[in-house]
Amino acid sequence: MIRFENVGLRYGMGPEILKDLSFSVEPQSFQFLTGPSGAGKTSLIRMLFMSLRPTRGLIKVFDRDISLIGKNELPELRRKIGVVFQDFRLLDHLTTYENVALPLRVIGREESDYRADVVELLKWVGLGERMHALPPVLSGGEKQRAAIARALITRPDVLLADEPTGNVDPPLAKRLLRLFMELNKLGTSVVIATHDIALLEQVDARRMVLADGRLEIFD
Amino acid sequence: MATRKKQGPRKAPSKSDVLPVNLPKRPKLSGSTKAKQDRKPSANSKIRPSAAIVPPQSVAGRALTLVVAIMSFLACLTVGAVSIVWDAADAWQNDLVREITVQIRPAEGVDMLREIDKAVALTQEFPGIGSVRALSDAETRELLQPWLGSGLELETLPVPRLIQITVADPASLRLSNLKQKIESEVAGASLDDHSVWTSRLSAMAGAVVAGGIAIMILVLGSMVLSVVFATQAAMAGNKDVVSVLHFVGAEDSFIAREFQRHFLMLGLKGGVSGGIAAIISFLLLDAFTRRTEGQAGSDQLSALFGSVSVSVPGYLGVIAVVFLVAVLTALTSGLAVKAHLSKVD
Repeated sequence: MIRFENVGLRYGMGPEILKDLSFSVEPQSFQFLTGPSGAGKTSLIRMLFMSLRPTRGLIKVFDRDISLIGKNELPELRRKIGVVFQDFRLLDHLTTYENVALPLRVIGREESDYRADVVELLKWVGLGERMHALPPVLSGGEKQRAAIARALITRPDVLLADEPTGNVDPPLAKRLLRLFMELNKLGTSVVIATHDIALLEQVDARRMVLADGRLEIFD
Repeated sequence: MATRKKQGPRKAPSKSDVLPVNLPKRPKLSGSTKAKQDRKPSANSKIRPSAAIVPPQSVAGRALTLVVAIMSFLACLTVGAVSIVWDAADAWQNDLVREITVQIRPAEGVDMLREIDKAVALTQEFPGIGSVRALSDAETRELLQPWLGSGLELETLPVPRLIQITVADPASLRLSNLKQKIESEVAGASLDDHSVWTSRLSAMAGAVVAGGIAIMILVLGSMVLSVVFATQAAMAGNKDVVSVLHFVGAEDSFIAREFQRHFLMLGLKGGVSGGIAAIISFLLLDAFTRRTEGQAGSDQLSALFGSVSVSVPGYLGVIAVVFLVAVLTALTSGLAVKAHLSKVD
């Protein structure tokens, strides 16, 4: 689904922070992306999501070479990839329900058409009672689940999560991990970027470890 | 190069470590009719109508509404002023066009009275003529009194005599034929249709209207520039919104539309406030001139402009300006947003 071949990245004229990355994210796969803080996990997630272009190498997303993709084709591809950011990126003036419904709204779906789906998904992530609340009054865990629900509402082929347990306590981290595993069983490929060793220990999954700009993969 | 290594077996999570509740079956996210049927009506009945994606109010937004309101007020005032001058010029022009004067100058051996009668008779034959009236001796004396004093003997002075003609239907009157006939058949006669005055008046009215249009263009131009700057500020202020919309797969045209809708509402709000303020000003001016009617200062104003009130076309112009302001605001912001988005990856 997503394939990297000898990808390198540098910011401006600085040193190369990611070197010769070669890997692929297969359909229905589950993997952790880990490494120390500042290793470039977020940069790699951004490249997976096509919001950052590599300085060298080839990235293919759904069999399309991203260096050849026009700006107007990006939205279509991005809709197949759900992203959960470390800082959630919820819109503070929209309710939880509206935030989760946003991806459907931008593709022009009618509110009456998607209302039931959004309510059901909110209940599924345990936010059924908080759907009318605005993000500033949600707890960290609730925001995290709202961000996850927003990433899932269009049923993407790939889910990218950047430090999804960074702001929650260990029990909630476990619940979120279980959520990702359930999703994976239902057919979504999952990439979780984390430096939480405890989280990694809980699941027997592929690990991609970033260190000194290079990637090591443990299948 | 990435390297691949095999890892030893890891501990699988125990059932008690994960979610305490059983997750429901994953919802079918497209067209789940069953899910809709199963839904209790109370479950989502409290959902408010979807809020605008662009945050509705901000300090910059309020400032821009005020700028648009002021610009719209000034543009509406210009429209009102042009309307007053235009109506006044039209009224003057109408009065003059409907009046023609024939002047008969005295000459040696010419019987003035006979020539006057002849001119009156000739004029009355023409189609489109309303009334023809030769000024009486008393009226002529009255006209000359300010210059020559009272007790004037008309017979002793070679005073030209005037015939006042009122035109009933300017369209059917052939003025050039009338002029030619009068001047050729009546001795010493000349016809004055006040064309010099009417042409000067229409030139003046035209200049006022052109000035008004120029002011409107300047006002609207500066409004457009304010909107461009405000849009850029709004885009910078809503960077997070734009970035979130991008990563949930929104197309640039969708984002532009959302911002355009936001600015259309803002433009309408500003435009309508400015328009209402202008209409209140017109009504106050109208009431003020009516109240001071008969006083020395207002008499001169009334002599020049009539009743100094904005007519129906003036008010229609105000409504047009309000819509123009709103549409211009939306179009300008739409273009500014598209230009901004084209720079963002």
